[in-house]
Amino acid sequence: MTTLAPQSEESLGSRIKWTLHDYRAIVGQEFSHFLRQPATFAWQLGFPVVMVLLFVYVFGSAMDVTGEGAGVDYVAYAMPGLFAMTMAFGFMNTAFALAAVKEKGFVDRVRSMPMASSAVVVGRNIADTIQAAVDLLVLFLIALVIGWRSEGTAMETLGAFALLLWLRFALIWVGVWIGLLVKNVEQAGNLFALAFPFGMVSSVFTPPELMPGWLGAIAAWNPVSATATAIRELFGNPAAVGNSWPEQHALPAAIVWPAVITVVFLPLAVRRFRSLGR
Amino acid sequence: MATTVEAENLGKRFKDTTALDGFDLSAESGTVLGLLGPNGAGKTTTVRILTTLLRFDTGRARVAGFDVARDARQVRRRIGLTGQQTAVDDLLTARQNLVLFGKLFRLTKAQARARAEELIGQFGLTEAADRQAKQFSGGMKRRLDLAASMILAPQVLFLDEPTTGLDPAGRREVWDTVSHLAADGTTVVLTTHYLDEADRLCDRIAVIDHGRNIVEDTPMGLKRRMGADRLEIVAADPMDLPAIAGIVAPLSSGETTTDQAVSAVSAPVDEPVAALTAAATAVQEKHLAIADIGLRRPTLDEAFLELIGTTTKEADQ
Repeated sequence: MTTLAPQSEESLGSRIKWTLHDYRAIVGQEFSHFLRQPATFAWQLGFPVVMVLLFVYVFGSAMDVTGEGAGVDYVAYAMPGLFAMTMAFGFMNTAFALAAVKEKGFVDRVRSMPMASSAVVVGRNIADTIQAAVDLLVLFLIALVIGWRSEGTAMETLGAFALLLWLRFALIWVGVWIGLLVKNVEQAGNLFALAFPFGMVSSVFTPPELMPGWLGAIAAWNPVSATATAIRELFGNPAAVGNSWPEQHALPAAIVWPAVITVVFLPLAVRRFRSLGR
Repeated sequence: MATTVEAENLGKRFKDTTALDGFDLSAESGTVLGLLGPNGAGKTTTVRILTTLLRFDTGRARVAGFDVARDARQVRRRIGLTGQQTAVDDLLTARQNLVLFGKLFRLTKAQARARAEELIGQFGLTEAADRQAKQFSGGMKRRLDLAASMILAPQVLFLDEPTTGLDPAGRREVWDTVSHLAADGTTVVLTTHYLDEADRLCDRIAVIDHGRNIVEDTPMGLKRRMGADRLEIVAADPMDLPAIAGIVAPLSSGETTTDQAVSAVSAPVDEPVAALTAAATAVQEKHLAIADIGLRRPTLDEAFLELIGTTTKEADQ
């Protein structure tokens, strides 16, 4: 029989080593899911792709964001917004996935095992961030096909993508927390109704200036707007920047907002996981 | 024999209900202990506490020699858990599942693979090893589930309603598996509300109700607590019932009852074999026609219902 002596993990070094080992196992599990059912992942990607086509070709022709007439430069305005929106909505996939895992008793088993208690949530976050990078890449290629261009330097363009992933990384913690908080997958589905305005009440598709005052203020302070505006600057795309503080300082806001979200929701998510069912 | 599972005076309150209240339990190593009780009695709460999933308010619990509250990590290395819901990843194959859990039990990749191979053979999953778990029958999935909880060859295996929702064939598969594991020296703690399951698998049974362990005994002992064996004679002709009752009553140590519906007379007897012989002789001498004569031991169902106070007509008699 295989030697099954429980692994010693007295030193800090070996604890870290084993914790990383646990993360890798969970990320590997997600990767196997991807290989087993690429169709599911294709569908998840289908949503932003359809949104791109809808906004650019259906609504876009009626939108005048530059003041130079409907449809002018709308692709250049909308694409960064769509990148940001994909990052903003994608975290609900994380919530769904965790709610489903929790329903199946997988979490109970894992919690009764001698592994790092953070592995399920951190591993999930790493896997989902990698998937988000793939989503972004596909969306980027589609954007190039429909005529969108980044006017920024290579560094600025890469920086913009880093900011997008940074936002998603932060929001995944919210998704993990929600997924562990809700009773079941149906409830997670209901919460999508909340995620939708979170993505939409922002500068993603419409400049906050054009909204009613109070709504415009919310939109201007929305973390999604900060990222959308910041990447517009980095891409050199038109940005319809208002006078509010976060719009004037979009770049620092796009860096700070996700950090704040992470600082708040990472501990919440890990704590929620540890206290499940208590 | 060493005590592997030990709980003393456990108390656990949820918001508005008391789940456990002065709960005691012990299991000797290498035995199968059944937790039997109605829904909401506290069986699952007990399992969740003993497997470190749930904190408790009062009392003390030790599993495999370690304190559940203080040394949770040590306990986790020595237990396996199969919960009410199967905890395998449906999208992965049986082999992938076992390798994944092996890694999460902190085996190296090579160790995890080798252990998966062993378990696949041991749990009769060789042919299904590379199929996705979602294609498995209920019994097979449970076996995979059990295999996953056996990766570190745990000292104590906790099974929460292992056969709920399985068809008869699936239940038998799981029973056989559990019997084999127990025979190999694993201490098993299982919850069930199937009495036949407890009767068949368990060395000892703890009957749980309202968060307390109200009695702990062997299945045989539990049945004995229900009182003596009963002598039962079924008449071929209902007209003979009074005459049969006349034979049975003097042999009985208690009240003789006549059930017209099934044409049967029954009564508790202290010396079952002597009473049976005497009754058979008397029936023959009087030339009474009978359909059946025999000794009946109370079923575990009767013992259980009696113990938790939900008496039925049958148990009343």
